[in-house]
Amino acid sequence: MSEGTLYDDVWERHRVDTLPTGQDQLFVGLHLVHEVTSPQAFGMLEERDMDVAYPELTHATVDHIVPTADQSRPFDDEAAETMMTELEANVREAGIEFSHPDTGDQGIVHVVGPEQGLTQPGKTIVCGDSHTSTHGAFGALAFGIGTSQIRDVLATGCVAMEKKDVRRIEVTGELGDGVEAKDVILQIIRELGTDGGVGYVYEYGGPAVEALDMEGRMSICNMSVEGGARAGYVNPDETTYEFLEGRDRVPDRGDGFEELKNYWESVRSDDDATYDDVVEIDGDALAPMVTWGTTPGQGVFVDEPIPEPEDLPADKVDTARRAQEHMGVEPGDTMQGYQVDVAFLGSCTNARLPDLRRAARVVAGRDVHDDVRALVVPGSQRVQKAAEEEGLADVFRDAGFEWRNAGCSMCLGMNEDQLEGPETCASSSNRNFVGRMGSKEGKTVLMNPQMVAAAAVTGEVTDVRDVDRVPPEEVTEA
Amino acid sequence: MNDRDGSAEDGPADVVEHVSGTGVPIRGNDIDTDQIIPGRFLKVVTFDGLGQFAFFDQRFTDDDEEKDHPMNEDRFRDASVMVTNKNFGCGSSREHAPQALMRWGIDALVGESFAEIFAGNCLALGIPTVTADEDAVEAIQDWVDEHPDGEIDVDVAAETVTYGDETVDVTVDDAQRKALVEGVWDTTALMASNAAATRETAASLPYTTGVLDARTDGGTTASDGDDAASDGGDA
Repeated sequence: MSEGTLYDDVWERHRVDTLPTGQDQLFVGLHLVHEVTSPQAFGMLEERDMDVAYPELTHATVDHIVPTADQSRPFDDEAAETMMTELEANVREAGIEFSHPDTGDQGIVHVVGPEQGLTQPGKTIVCGDSHTSTHGAFGALAFGIGTSQIRDVLATGCVAMEKKDVRRIEVTGELGDGVEAKDVILQIIRELGTDGGVGYVYEYGGPAVEALDMEGRMSICNMSVEGGARAGYVNPDETTYEFLEGRDRVPDRGDGFEELKNYWESVRSDDDATYDDVVEIDGDALAPMVTWGTTPGQGVFVDEPIPEPEDLPADKVDTARRAQEHMGVEPGDTMQGYQVDVAFLGSCTNARLPDLRRAARVVAGRDVHDDVRALVVPGSQRVQKAAEEEGLADVFRDAGFEWRNAGCSMCLGMNEDQLEGPETCASSSNRNFVGRMGSKEGKTVLMNPQMVAAAAVTGEVTDVRDVDRVPPEEVTEA
Repeated sequence: MNDRDGSAEDGPADVVEHVSGTGVPIRGNDIDTDQIIPGRFLKVVTFDGLGQFAFFDQRFTDDDEEKDHPMNEDRFRDASVMVTNKNFGCGSSREHAPQALMRWGIDALVGESFAEIFAGNCLALGIPTVTADEDAVEAIQDWVDEHPDGEIDVDVAAETVTYGDETVDVTVDDAQRKALVEGVWDTTALMASNAAATRETAASLPYTTGVLDARTDGGTTASDGDDAASDGGDA
């Protein structure tokens, strides 16, 4: 078993009791709530005549079903309106704070938590959403839960869990031109498998991870679950503390910040910590990645041939064959030149300000390809506003992108933003599952945001390293 | 279409020592929760009626015509044990996925491996997810194909699956076995009984300073006797 890791420490500090099942009862420091997975849990609470135990540690927003074009109420989609109304009533009754669209603070739950400083090192964070692993970027222990567990957390402030093993993933070297955090995690999933992380929590470290900004670390932790690990984290450091200082929910210096920072420092993994497994990934060797299939583990470097299914491990052969048939790709080809109908810049993986800035460097001064429908869906209203003030929104609009309001949007096709028929989408999101974007015949190619931008302007999967990019300071002048 | 809403009631937990019934094989690795229940069926505020949407896009064309899928075959329509391969239930945390399977009629799953959140969601519904190696699982799938009326017994306590004349050892996660066999898979009541200890833990954490509401019911964080908790943390 692991020893001296952040995971061990945070777990122990939050352990209330060991239950008769052998599971630990863990106190939850932050419970994030959204409209899709919570209504049934509130219903169960009501059936049992129980109240929300810790409303002050609970925070809600609306993201999955919210329209990104016309957000006037009532929503056009009746089902979406019902879910919104239900959430509004539930949080009002329980006294839970709500980053409602009217507040200017609404957004994807995994963007909202960090940007308001709700997400902090050393917290246990849960949400009825698998991408809750995102918050691990801050050195929090964060994982997705199901609706019955949401009921548990609402009713008791706790969740019943078994402790997992810890795998340290050391990313060495330095990421090259055009290579981003997204490519790091896609490579990790390719190497370790979509189920390689089952039974593990991933600790990401090494120079290539430590050099990333918080948004990059969030992109990596976000997709831990795509590799089978329910949680992933990065040890907090000065980059983390700088990001947090001055945020809404973080006390000011002289008013508690120092004490909190001491706590944050104290949960870092020890230098001599013991891990259940250690894996090394060569950061120098990475290139921009693209998926050729229908699981996030089916990725290749953009200039690397798509594998022959028979060359893959035996348990991946059938899945690969079916995926290649669905995608209409041939082994031996690269993904370069694969035609794209839609370009989607958004999702809890890659819709934060730095993601949009990097994509804008590609888009500035160019036009979206005639045959491409391109949209930017900022991760939150705050990201949206900042990007508008900075001039990025105009860069995208001038190029022919639709500039939308914040939400999950096309990533999971629960609002109006969906693929139609056999359309192919170059996407900065996290899942390329069949049907994920709302069309059974639809095809999703996962890639980093600047690669999405390149595909938007060329109409095909393109190696962004071959595309001239405007220097950051000249983006709004191009 | 088959929908057995209410077959496993949400309520006081029961002992689930074993599950018996006929099987249905669902072959393939990495079957994700978007396949088990597509996102558009998540626009609901209850789980009622989800059974009919289980594997919907695999089972039906755009014109609602039945496609080739085991769950559309008459011989499997009464199945209660689903036999799956690797990493079943990966992807989203949506409890709608096991809810849909349960409401279709599934009471237990036997597979090579399960995604963690999915398995946890199953446990919360009292549905065992037991695992065996590839050869053992494929043998059960083949047997189910040949014996759609044959009974499979998933013995959670003994960690075995019996079908026909065969009994194979399977793995049941320790906590899952204990929870199901002892009937303590309803963790809400269990954890609610530790309310005082929970508040102690809460108060011991540096980040709750000034954040926790005052409470009167034995809490350690109450600064005065007022029932401030009922005012909520609204801001």
